[in-house]
Amino acid sequence: MNAIGLIAGRELRALFLSPLAWVILAVASFLIGWLFLAQLDIYLQLQPRLAGMEGAPGVTDLVVAPAFGAAAVVLLLIAPLVTMRTLSEERRSGTLVLLRSAPISSTQIVLGKYLGLLGFFSVLLALVAMLPLSLLFAGSLDMGKLAAGLMGLWLLSAMFVAAGLFVSSLTEHPGVAAIGGFGLLLLLWVIDLAATKGEGGVLAYLSMLTHVQNFLQGILDSVDLIYFGLGILLFLGLAVHRLEAQRLGPMSWGREDA
Amino acid sequence: MNLSTHRAEPIAKALPLIEVEGLGRYFGALSAVRDVSFTLNRGDILGFLGPNGAGKSTTMQMLTGNLAPSAGRVRVAGIDLRRHPKAAKAHIGYLPEVPPLYRDAGVDEFLRFCAGLHGLRGKAVVSAVDRAKQRCGLEKVGRRLIGNLSKGFQQRVGIAQAIVHEPEVVILDEPTVGLDPIQIIEIRALIAELGRAHGVIVSTHILPEVQALCNRVQIIRRGELVFSAHTDDLVATRESRLRVRFVQPGNGDALAALPGVLDVKAEGDRWVLRIDGNAGEVAEAVAVLAQEGGWGLRELTPEWVTLEQLFVDLTVHEAPPT
Repeated sequence: MNAIGLIAGRELRALFLSPLAWVILAVASFLIGWLFLAQLDIYLQLQPRLAGMEGAPGVTDLVVAPAFGAAAVVLLLIAPLVTMRTLSEERRSGTLVLLRSAPISSTQIVLGKYLGLLGFFSVLLALVAMLPLSLLFAGSLDMGKLAAGLMGLWLLSAMFVAAGLFVSSLTEHPGVAAIGGFGLLLLLWVIDLAATKGEGGVLAYLSMLTHVQNFLQGILDSVDLIYFGLGILLFLGLAVHRLEAQRLGPMSWGREDA
Repeated sequence: MNLSTHRAEPIAKALPLIEVEGLGRYFGALSAVRDVSFTLNRGDILGFLGPNGAGKSTTMQMLTGNLAPSAGRVRVAGIDLRRHPKAAKAHIGYLPEVPPLYRDAGVDEFLRFCAGLHGLRGKAVVSAVDRAKQRCGLEKVGRRLIGNLSKGFQQRVGIAQAIVHEPEVVILDEPTVGLDPIQIIEIRALIAELGRAHGVIVSTHILPEVQALCNRVQIIRRGELVFSAHTDDLVATRESRLRVRFVQPGNGDALAALPGVLDVKAEGDRWVLRIDGNAGEVAEAVAVLAQEGGWGLRELTPEWVTLEQLFVDLTVHEAPPT
């Protein structure tokens, strides 16, 4: 178990040793902060009218939920940039040999890398959580909805990272891993567009958007939890499989391939 | 699924450290290594020779679990590498051709990480790192970033990484490449020291290195082991040369008359003796002769030409198979 922690620590440290991680943190915080303020502005304009309404939606519904929805898109954009180097760079620079020669399994390598990356996103989400919490100075929040929203974002990040890690295991080129990651994440995001409006069916069910929306509205559904859990397991499993397959390499018995 | 980290278990003294049976590897239709078998015992320093692309690195990758063999099996300290990879790998330290270094890490940090990967914890990590640094001459660069070190120092960090957990078997793929002569001497001394208590496999294409270091030599050509011997046997059974120089001119006929000497040539102010078998015994006789004749022995250098000869014969002269 310790080897996983060690690899996770190393991954997190390597991320923060590179300017990339800091730039991503800064840009993402700025963007999400901007979106949050824009949402807050709209709310302040609406507030006089809302004040007279019975059972009007509160600040959590009108500011936090849309801001988190926008944050989800920002996370989607940055996740492949954070995950692209993880395994591809290790392969490229020959340092994966270090991990492979040590008495640890591919599963441990993948889990270590995964937890390290997840640590990075947890830091980012902690920063994001500061935004709505700052509203506590001026009023009150629906803490339950806020927690559900953050949990949704965190699970979404966890899925993004797992998918990004898998794509990173496919190639030696971080650039290719980033583009591939974008492709995969966007596909999972908009896959329900292919379905006819209204009745989504299987494709709507596969879309991450559908599942994260529930969290943002403060709905905790076990189906959504299972969706993210299965997605994460699937991508991590595929990454482990990839690492094992690379060890087996382009090998064939009897089969002729040039 | 076993996620625990594996500490190396102490192993029985008599057990061979590495047993390789019929190891083979295909890359697609290309057969990179075919039917390689050998054993490595404690105290062995095995020189692995071969031209570029002969399969040295591929074999080493298979021994260290970085590449799955297509055929055959590897046992490390009696443990099957395929069935119990963690337990087997715990006994191995490996320096690949390209040292696996995190350029953004400090030397100490990196070595602590490597020690941790091999299951060392707490104080054991600190003492293991200190010892590895001291053995590889890295005491003064502990806090420096690996990326800023010279090639020679990076190579040393690579070796330190391979020995930090005190493995039974150390596998070094061209460890002296890119080092200056002083560093090469230091690394050779280190390998010789490792060879006393552990088993070492060194791949190289520097023949004198094998001569200076190894007690066993194996030559691989196009993926097949074509030669395997103890270097002592090699010296004993093959021809060698002795280069001598005296203050006085000396007597070529007297040298030629010594037992075991095939012929004697004058080369400038030196005599070169071609010897059938081990140069060591003849060297003794030459010394006695020089002392009796009052020639003033200045130089007495045995030369082991046979390995080079053998290497060329085995790897170059044969026509490629059709």
